[in-house]
Amino acid sequence: MSKIKSTLIGIVLLFTIWILLAGNSQQELLFGGITVILLTLLFQKKFLVLEDIKLNPKSISYMVIFFFVFLWELFKANIDVAKRVISPKLPINPGIVKVKTKLKSPLGRAFLANSITLTPGTLTVEMKDEYFYIHWIDVKVDDIEGATKSIVSNFEKYLEVIFG
Amino acid sequence: MPLLGSIITLIGSIFLFLGALGIFRMPDVYNRMQAGTKATTLGTILFLLGISFGHAECGCLGKIVILILFVIFTNPVSSNALARAAHFAGIKLTKRSVKDDLGNDNLENKGGEK
Repeated sequence: MSKIKSTLIGIVLLFTIWILLAGNSQQELLFGGITVILLTLLFQKKFLVLEDIKLNPKSISYMVIFFFVFLWELFKANIDVAKRVISPKLPINPGIVKVKTKLKSPLGRAFLANSITLTPGTLTVEMKDEYFYIHWIDVKVDDIEGATKSIVSNFEKYLEVIFG
Repeated sequence: MPLLGSIITLIGSIFLFLGALGIFRMPDVYNRMQAGTKATTLGTILFLLGISFGHAECGCLGKIVILILFVIFTNPVSSNALARAAHFAGIKLTKRSVKDDLGNDNLENKGGEK
């Protein structure tokens, strides 16, 4: 079952990429793409990592929301870093903090770590078990719970639904 | 349309410039990585978007979307690998740092050969 699901997600993903690459649709290109994708999926085993993605209306709508939240955070991150770089006093207060995640799936954790890296003032340095070590450019809170709340929770609530 | 594309490209280049300036001004490797990762990600995205708007006739928006996704996925991974390697190689944080949980937990001695 999970194999079928991950294969389906794989087909959709690869086919989207193929269409984006091939430009507008010529029939030969589409059929060629489908052939190559099926061959690829026939000879792979690693797509099982995609089985963590949940497919129900709620999680799909959360994926869309997550995408826009992510873009907004990315934008904020850049304004934030730009402000720090420009200001003459270089207002930084850096440190490495430890945060805890509730996510179990490896793919979900990878997404979380990447999102953290691309958001304001934080950079994932190391992942160990359920703890992330995060370089924070402006440390505001000192303990694990506080740091978790202000860094991780914003994304985790979406990723929890998407990846379980 | 070309004007809009040029403006977006200009904003992207400003972000790229700020990233470079950040690498120059920040005190240690981790803070430099912060500036280098974030500013270059948005800078590159805007730059590519600007190109696709400015040359709408080439029909390369799909390819540019793939490039943008590639940048979004690979940029944080590479900076994570660099920061991790830097920390395990024993590069110290700047003196302005407040705390270092990773150094305190001393993971370096637990993993690896032993």
